[in-house]
Amino acid sequence: VASIAHRAQRPGPLARARLWASGFKQRETWVAYGFILPWFVGFSIFIAGPMVASFILSFTDYSVIQKTNWVGTQNYHDLIHDPKVVIAMKNSLLFTIMSVPLEMITALTLAVVLLNVGRAAGFFRTLFYLPKMTPPVAVAILYLLLFNGSVGIVNRVLGWVGIRGPFWTTDPNWVKPGLVLMSAWAVGGTMVIYLAALRSVPQQLYEAASMDGAGAWRRFKDVTLPMISPSLFFTFIILTIAGLTEFTKAYTAFFGAGTKTNQTEAALFYAVYLFRQSFEFFHFGYASALAWLLFVVILTITLIQVRVSKRFVFYQGENK
Amino acid sequence: VTQEALQTSGSAVMPPPAAARQPRRWPRVGALKGVLFSVLLIALSILFVYPFIWAVSASLKTQAEVFDNRLIPRHWAFHNYSDVFHIPDAPMLTWIFNSVWISTVGALAVTFSSALIAFGFAYFRFPGRNLLFGILLSTMMLPPEVTMIPTYLIWKHLGAINHGGQYPLWVPNLFGSAFYVFLQRQFFLGIPRDYFEAARMDGDNYWTMFWRIAVPLAKPALIVTFIFELQAKWFDLMGPLIYLRDTALFTLPLGLKTILDSFGTSGGGQGDWQLIIAATVIAVIPMLVIFAVFQKYFLEGISTQGRKG
Repeated sequence: VASIAHRAQRPGPLARARLWASGFKQRETWVAYGFILPWFVGFSIFIAGPMVASFILSFTDYSVIQKTNWVGTQNYHDLIHDPKVVIAMKNSLLFTIMSVPLEMITALTLAVVLLNVGRAAGFFRTLFYLPKMTPPVAVAILYLLLFNGSVGIVNRVLGWVGIRGPFWTTDPNWVKPGLVLMSAWAVGGTMVIYLAALRSVPQQLYEAASMDGAGAWRRFKDVTLPMISPSLFFTFIILTIAGLTEFTKAYTAFFGAGTKTNQTEAALFYAVYLFRQSFEFFHFGYASALAWLLFVVILTITLIQVRVSKRFVFYQGENK
Repeated sequence: VTQEALQTSGSAVMPPPAAARQPRRWPRVGALKGVLFSVLLIALSILFVYPFIWAVSASLKTQAEVFDNRLIPRHWAFHNYSDVFHIPDAPMLTWIFNSVWISTVGALAVTFSSALIAFGFAYFRFPGRNLLFGILLSTMMLPPEVTMIPTYLIWKHLGAINHGGQYPLWVPNLFGSAFYVFLQRQFFLGIPRDYFEAARMDGDNYWTMFWRIAVPLAKPALIVTFIFELQAKWFDLMGPLIYLRDTALFTLPLGLKTILDSFGTSGGGQGDWQLIIAATVIAVIPMLVIFAVFQKYFLEGISTQGRKG
């Protein structure tokens, strides 16, 4: 009797499983599964299956043409000692470290400017957003032309103020800064996110801060920034992942048919190297190992960002 | 007392007078600051718009004058825009058509399939829901590079690559996409449950309820999905690079890359840049038009994206 009473009070795992399973006797459950069936199928074929396959492939020397051998951890061993991997990873990290802060600052500046424009805000918002609607391939082509060392407009303008601009697209030291600047042109998305966040900051907070004698900078630093910190944090993570996987602009500008010049090493981003190993050299086994390394790096960096940001991000209505 | 009040109002305590007249979000800026602000605004506008103006202008110049950086071409070369359609081995018109087709079909497919899935997760309570939705959300974190090679091998096995076909570029859209499912589910959750109960009373089954109630009410979220995916497909280079071998099947971004590789010496200025630029302008304009028409939805969609953070 005692045991029955006990079980009635706290259903054991078995009882809970039974309750859970009884849900499957209901028609509604099956209708629901019918609705989500497309995802289920897609997830199995295009995500779960390929993930397992990619993991297995990374322990082989699969290359379509030759006989496939099981090579154990050889690929992972190789990629640590592959100088190109080091270069590519360094390139992607450098690009990310330069582009993420620049894009965030640019976007925030634009958003704050828009907030002050008044009635014409809609017009200027459209203006600042347009670069985001430009295909990355087109952005890369514009980059090659505008940043051209000898005839590009960027160096022409720098010349007006007496600066001799570098050869952006051919000097290995200046390839990444040029790409970073070009990326900061298309920050419309981030800007819109910040604009929405800025607009939702309660006006009373600014008034209260003014009452306390806070100047414009103090109000920005102590009211605005904490209030929009969730948006800053979100874009920080999204932009970092985008930076680490940057492919299209670098590939368009520096790779493809017959580009074998020294600046290509400076633009060899990790995703570009991964792509070349896969679909130009057909080293599918090795490329799979490269992909898993990228995944682990992204995951690690994101986790660190989440950890560190916890101290700075302020969520409204959260009890701390 | 008056003296005291005056002193108080004279100090920084009083809010600026303009704040009372018109509700501004930001404290009013003084006259000099106003001028500086206008200068900043104009400078930023030039910075963000000039590349477009430069491109349109350069696309109308002759080969020799492309880099003269003049705003108005010295010699107008409107024929660049007809020449670009007559480049050997570069069927621009076909590429445009391919891009329009893949973008539209892909966007339609992902909008519809994501709506089904999102509705499934939003309306029903069923065993395994939270677990499955958690898995769905976590797939957003997965870089496509991880699944890229096996997915390619599947399509290769099915013969989609050697026998020509753009299926790999849009068929996966029939199975929904995690981000859009998330976006639309939020929207479905916002629809009052009474609406659905009432529809059930009227004799609707789950399917007609989805079509008659959920879909019309979630139209903004569906439009956001459609235009986001339209843009994503219009922009995509890696997909076409992986799957398309036949020039006649290329999309516009891959076509642009092809033209760039055949005419432009990388980083130099020897090739037929006026044609490359004309092709670039052609690739850019449709998305600018789409943005002009659907601006409201773009901004709404992006803001929602930020709010979840």
